[in-house]
Amino acid sequence: MEYEPVIGLEVHLHLKTKTKAFCGCSTEFGNTPNTQVCPVCLGFPGSLPVFNKTALDHAIKVALALHCKVEEYTKFDRKNYFYPDLPKNYQISQYGLPLSKNGYVDISVENNPKRIGIIRVHMEEDAGKLIHEKDLSLVDFNRSGIPLLEIVSCPDINSTQEAYDYLTVLKSILEYLEVSDCDMEKGSLRCDANISLRPKDAKELGIKTELKNMNSFKAVKDALDYEIERQSQLLKEGQALVQETRLWDEKAQQTISMRTKEGAQDYRYFPDPDLPPFIISKEKIEEIQRALPELPQEKTRRFMKTYGLSEYDAKILVSSKNNADYAEDCLRGFSDKDKKLVANWLIGPLAAVASASNLNISELQVPAKNFIELVELVEKKQVISSLTGKSVLQEMAETKKTASQIIEEKNLAQISDPQSLEKEIEEVIKENAKSVDDFKAGKANALMFLVGQAMKKTKGKANPKVVQELLKRRLSDA
Amino acid sequence: MKLNALTAHELLERLDKKDLSSSEIISSLDRQIQETDSKVKAYVRLDKTQTQTAKQASKSESILKGLPIAIKDNICTEGFHTECCSKILAGFKPPYDATVIKKLKEAGASISEKKTNMDEFAFGSSTENSCFYPTHNPWNLECVPGGSSGGSAASVASDEAVWALGSDTGGSIRQPASFCGVVGLKPTYGRVSRYGLIAFASSLDQIGPLTKDTRDAALLTNIISGYDPCDSTSANIKVPDFTQSLGMDIKGIKIAIPREYFIEGLDTEVKAAVEEAINKLTELGAVSKEVSLPNTKYAVPVYYIIATAEASSNLARFDAVQYGFRSTIANGLIDMYKKSRGEGFGPEAKRRILLGTFALSHGYYDAYYLRALKVRTLIKEDFDKVLKDFDCIITPTSPTAAFKIGEKVEDPVKMYLSDIYTISANLAGIPAISLPCGFTRDNLPVGLQILAKPFDEEMIFRMAYTYEQNTPWHKMKPKL
Repeated sequence: MEYEPVIGLEVHLHLKTKTKAFCGCSTEFGNTPNTQVCPVCLGFPGSLPVFNKTALDHAIKVALALHCKVEEYTKFDRKNYFYPDLPKNYQISQYGLPLSKNGYVDISVENNPKRIGIIRVHMEEDAGKLIHEKDLSLVDFNRSGIPLLEIVSCPDINSTQEAYDYLTVLKSILEYLEVSDCDMEKGSLRCDANISLRPKDAKELGIKTELKNMNSFKAVKDALDYEIERQSQLLKEGQALVQETRLWDEKAQQTISMRTKEGAQDYRYFPDPDLPPFIISKEKIEEIQRALPELPQEKTRRFMKTYGLSEYDAKILVSSKNNADYAEDCLRGFSDKDKKLVANWLIGPLAAVASASNLNISELQVPAKNFIELVELVEKKQVISSLTGKSVLQEMAETKKTASQIIEEKNLAQISDPQSLEKEIEEVIKENAKSVDDFKAGKANALMFLVGQAMKKTKGKANPKVVQELLKRRLSDA
Repeated sequence: MKLNALTAHELLERLDKKDLSSSEIISSLDRQIQETDSKVKAYVRLDKTQTQTAKQASKSESILKGLPIAIKDNICTEGFHTECCSKILAGFKPPYDATVIKKLKEAGASISEKKTNMDEFAFGSSTENSCFYPTHNPWNLECVPGGSSGGSAASVASDEAVWALGSDTGGSIRQPASFCGVVGLKPTYGRVSRYGLIAFASSLDQIGPLTKDTRDAALLTNIISGYDPCDSTSANIKVPDFTQSLGMDIKGIKIAIPREYFIEGLDTEVKAAVEEAINKLTELGAVSKEVSLPNTKYAVPVYYIIATAEASSNLARFDAVQYGFRSTIANGLIDMYKKSRGEGFGPEAKRRILLGTFALSHGYYDAYYLRALKVRTLIKEDFDKVLKDFDCIITPTSPTAAFKIGEKVEDPVKMYLSDIYTISANLAGIPAISLPCGFTRDNLPVGLQILAKPFDEEMIFRMAYTYEQNTPWHKMKPKL
């Protein structure tokens, strides 16, 4: 029997606020343990939470960007469970009346659009972090109380690739909103997965497993792949599955059972009496809606339409908001109608220079104006060859000089005048008799070799197109 | 009269005239404590707390000029033990002051390291559930002082304190005030910041004064009230000068007398004293009429679901990880939780944690907690309806005068019923006062309860003060 996986994902996101969700402590990452704490986030007796309104604004932004309906009346609940990283032994979360419900994210599956539903987006606080040493465990409460958003998808995902794509699209949307670092390594974005299998075309859901402890999107995919294999094996053997929570072991590349449904906790949710329910005005929701930035999918469509780019190119350029903004400045400033030329330079040489120093194209500090000048010098005025252009670009990034400055200083301007190249052409023909013969014998490759030799002689300054023309003419004349 | 027997306003008058210093008052109180507290046991950890801090005492310009105040053991005082009279908080000295303590210090109060006794985590109506020892009623040492703020009430009644702060979740200020013959106010929910009050039931808790008379209660309420940005449930409502209500006549004031409060279970002597008080008030110009608060009978069960549910969650933080008591025989995390909590909490705390945990559990939530919330709304609506047509409601504070120590320890339900008249004010969030209105044949004080609309403490003070000015009860002193 063929089985179909049914997957739902829960994403936890740190909201980027200066202070924690319910107290004034800093949210900065990576400082000395327990230096960003106070009676409130340590859960000391008598302390009380006061909600950070910036976190609310960020949360509404995300909910709206995911097309959710933001509730006007919402409240916090307590999720009760004992754990040493949870100083009150309850987490302030949302259960009964979450901030928002019923949204979606669009992805494409083998070039067909697919809509993944969002059940709910709600707010909560993060717990501290346990550090296990040999004989003891330590708790760092710096993270305790950092505002979190939980984004719960519908079980609409039917393959591990879809899960991966959903996460990628979701992450790029979240990055565009500038409400989170979205850094899985720092724990500012985390993902749990629910997965079950059912016979293809069946309607009923199978018994699900909850997967935890995946530290990258790839790990999510790997864990799901493993789980599909494990579950279908069991089903094929006619064994019963149990509802359980399993941990992904990255090293062993397998999932391990953590607890079964019988061991599942009763969180005893109830409304937090320390935090009265609150009203979010229609005006506020509308205001945030109006201020939403153009999101990656809309931007991709617009780039394709306005600049005539392929979907592939457009997607690369909008992968991050800063890159997209930079790319758009370049595309818009380029005087030629053929914007593809700029796109190629952005995606090719510029991206190469950037990634060599572990940067994004927008972080290279090559002003769009300078970049455009370079592309025009190469592609339109043909003052330098594209090979020279690449090294000029490298130098632009390093020295902050303009292309024309560098070309002038280093005397790099391309030689396109045939008369100035005559001497070098003669020499090449004389020195490479075999290649000349090969060419005459019909080997087209030989010509490219000869062009290369001529370029060498001119230290790359010759216009390769002119050289090629000259050689062709000389050799067919003879 | 000895200094320690005077009211706060009398002492303030003399401090004003500078014919007295706050340290003389403190010495006088210390002498009284030495003389009588071995019998009353209003304070805890006296052996550990030899020093009165009089740091604020020099502020001669301040409102309180160094006047000392007794603080219940569940209100955080920076650097001083705050243990809720529970073993589980043994040694806990908060690194911060509760907002009310901050306000008192700003007003120039001397905050003592001596804290007053209470039922563990305010769970009780007799102060017998303290992990230290029970407090005794100054009027009859064989009787309880009421609870949970029994230590605060007894300290004021025995002149071991000028005045005191208590907390009231279901009557914990008013019932001991009634039993000890002092004045005790539970302000409107949200009137006084809860920041730094170690929570019992967050939606019901309120800090309030226990004093020798109504003027002192108004003075102290002035100081501790007001919006606190650190408490999301505190109300951003202007605080009037409550002393302005004192002396206003009560002609034409409409008093509602709820019939559900005068039925079986009410002691005949208490009933007689309260009815006489109502007569007195009508003599003085008020008009009274019987009304109905039909959902009164549900108040106790509703309260014991909501209060224990919240308490079970509020007390989860006492897990021996960061502070307080940790069992020395524990092996591993879960065992540390179990043993520390097992040894650290007393029987009543355990009972309430169990009750509350049950009420919130999957499958029971709707039948218990959710239902209780709905009935709570009905109870509140009862009060809203009556208080639309009336200025205040008058009832007994407690169905009986103080009972004997040990009498109800074995029967928690009987103990719970001693709060039957006070619980509704917490459920409805309205202000209520208890003030002395007579004595039983056994010379035990009887308390009169006055309730008013939310944030209308002015009406309460107005009524209470007028009554007090025309009766001798608040001047009576126990013989110790």
